[in-house]
Amino acid sequence: MVRLTRSIDFSASLHYRQGGLSDAENQQLFGAASRLHGHNYRLEVTLRGELDPATGMVFDLSELKAILEREVMERFDHRDLNADTPYFEKDPPTPENLAGVIRGLLLDALPGGMLDRVVLHQDADLSVEIVEDAA
Amino acid sequence: MIAVSRRYRFPAAHVLRSEAFSDEENTRVYGKCANLHGHDYGVEVTVEGRVDPVSGRIIDPARLDALVGRHVLDPLAHSDLSRHPLFAGCISTAENVARVIHEQLAGPIARGSSARLLRVRIQETRKNGFEYGDDR
Repeated sequence: MVRLTRSIDFSASLHYRQGGLSDAENQQLFGAASRLHGHNYRLEVTLRGELDPATGMVFDLSELKAILEREVMERFDHRDLNADTPYFEKDPPTPENLAGVIRGLLLDALPGGMLDRVVLHQDADLSVEIVEDAA
Repeated sequence: MIAVSRRYRFPAAHVLRSEAFSDEENTRVYGKCANLHGHDYGVEVTVEGRVDPVSGRIIDPARLDALVGRHVLDPLAHSDLSRHPLFAGCISTAENVARVIHEQLAGPIARGSSARLLRVRIQETRKNGFEYGDDR
């Protein structure tokens, strides 16, 4: 088995908010993160699979690039995670939840069993990883 | 499996010398690390768990910062690891630094929480990184 990792960078604005709570309750629960702010995210996507003996590749890199562009960059880059995407109407866009949304989008877009993990870096000091179970 | 990682750093001195070795043997085994020196240790703490539906988090970052401050950064920053009580009976290699920090944090992180310390990564220099704990 071979693993292949590609990284992309995107920037977005956001604020933490639980849909069911008042502004005051959100401020109490999330503190400074309840105010509008932004991050430069780095996403590492790792695929796993067997080498295709004809091409010497696990997965076509240009196809992976196109999937990441369509599923991640167009949805999230230079957007507001709360206002411009449908994923955070109820749940706050914590890196845990954002990584979970991206994982779901990539599971749908990639051939079954190929996604190995996503690692989402919110900044230099905080990251979230979601690792798929062994096949 | 979902996990969150957070990075910290602390400056500390150490020397790699074993009482069981002569001066010559220490120099042979540990090279220039047998001289007193120091590092800005980078510490990456990875915590596994379930995402709380209300907070959207595996662990409150402020709680993790407080635990790492109390159990790791406060006791170790600006100290000589070779003489530190946490390293009594072991050599302060980065492997042992990672293990000691894992032992310091595992209990406090798990207490009253569904989160679990997965691994500790020590970046001793830009070139040398060490991990302790279970990884998948």
